[in-house]
Amino acid sequence: MSTFTVGSGEPWGSILAAGTTLRIIDLEGTQAVDVLFYNARNPIERYSATETIRAQRNFYVSTGTVLLSDEGNALARIVEDTCGRHDTVGGACVAEGNASRFGPATKYMHNCRDNFLVGLSQFGLSKRDIVPNVNFFMNVPLGEAGQLQIADGISKPGDHVDLVMEMDTLVVISNCPQVNNPCNGWNPTPIRLDWTAPGR
Amino acid sequence: MVGQQRQILWEDTVPPGAYLTRVIPRGHTLRVTDVEGAGAASVLAYNQDQLTERYNAADTAKVQGTAFLTAGMVLVSDLGRAMFSITSDTSAAGHETLSGGTTPWSIRRSYGDGGSYQELRNGRYTNDRDNFIAALGRHGLDRRDLVPTLNLFSRLNIRPDGSFELADSRLAGASVGMRAEMNVLIAISATPHVLDPSRTWKPGPLVVSVGQDDPPDPAVDACRNRSDVARRVFESTDDYWSQRNGGVR
Repeated sequence: MSTFTVGSGEPWGSILAAGTTLRIIDLEGTQAVDVLFYNARNPIERYSATETIRAQRNFYVSTGTVLLSDEGNALARIVEDTCGRHDTVGGACVAEGNASRFGPATKYMHNCRDNFLVGLSQFGLSKRDIVPNVNFFMNVPLGEAGQLQIADGISKPGDHVDLVMEMDTLVVISNCPQVNNPCNGWNPTPIRLDWTAPGR
Repeated sequence: MVGQQRQILWEDTVPPGAYLTRVIPRGHTLRVTDVEGAGAASVLAYNQDQLTERYNAADTAKVQGTAFLTAGMVLVSDLGRAMFSITSDTSAAGHETLSGGTTPWSIRRSYGDGGSYQELRNGRYTNDRDNFIAALGRHGLDRRDLVPTLNLFSRLNIRPDGSFELADSRLAGASVGMRAEMNVLIAISATPHVLDPSRTWKPGPLVVSVGQDDPPDPAVDACRNRSDVARRVFESTDDYWSQRNGGVR
């Protein structure tokens, strides 16, 4: 088994072989983990939030959710989830959006867009490749009138989610540095990644 | 006075299932009319002067607090700037930006085989994904640039458990007006809503026009002044424009 602790606010990226189980552990609770997925052999094929929610006809991500690509293929499958709800419509924080939503004092703060750009650059990918992501351990309830809000996180210390890779998948993570809304409990914290390749 | 004296500069009808791509210059108003109430109109938008900047559904919803858009709201780019102000809206229930567009496989699932060009010629079944790839390809963009769409004239029923379906919100003659806040490259695809439960292929025509209203007064403009957040989105857009124009806003 491989293991890696992603410090608060840090990016991480790796190619995981088909059959690998990745466990994401929210060590201290209420920590949003923004994740993008690509077909490692052909990264133009990438995660599609709309394909994923339409296939299950539900906005929330949990056990049983198949994370689908823009071609409708399975990238990964969620097989275990001790938290119970994750998001894929809330998007990722970006300096420019922070500045408009939370005021000019937040303009130079660290954000997920920067983490994605730096993380993706190691694999030859760039801004064009950033699509709506999965936000593990992030609570984004949707109202019947379309209301969308970033609500208090519900994950407890040590909660985890297990994903089985359905193809050779490039996984790029931003361990969210947002301090202006409750997605990280106002205090970004580290996460741990444990993964086991098939046959190991 | 902020007039509605609208000079129409260009108008066309997009046939059912077809697509349109066009640049809407800053200050011009794009108007889309759902002639038959088909609810079949998906939109993508890019900054014509910097094509990597594009419409962002999540950030638009976060600025407004809702993913169902209507007059007084603003379409926001992935760099936090205003792309379009929604200046008028006669739709029954607004415009959703959650569920995305149709694909070759979603169309086959909904309408079955029998929709090929060999069988139907230009009445063939089309889909948003291929329409957008064809539309955007003309501007050097490709499938990497496809993101969740704004689906005009459509709304969802969302239940507390997160399940959802298309709501019945069709209205023949419904029309939406959107003022460009930058030079916007748009693509509009007129295929049925991806969640349309009908098993009969029946998109409708869209009348699309571009006109020019009187310039908005920033002090009273409804979209700009909807909230502090909206005001900052517009100020960021003003600042971007001043950088392009040597300091002149």
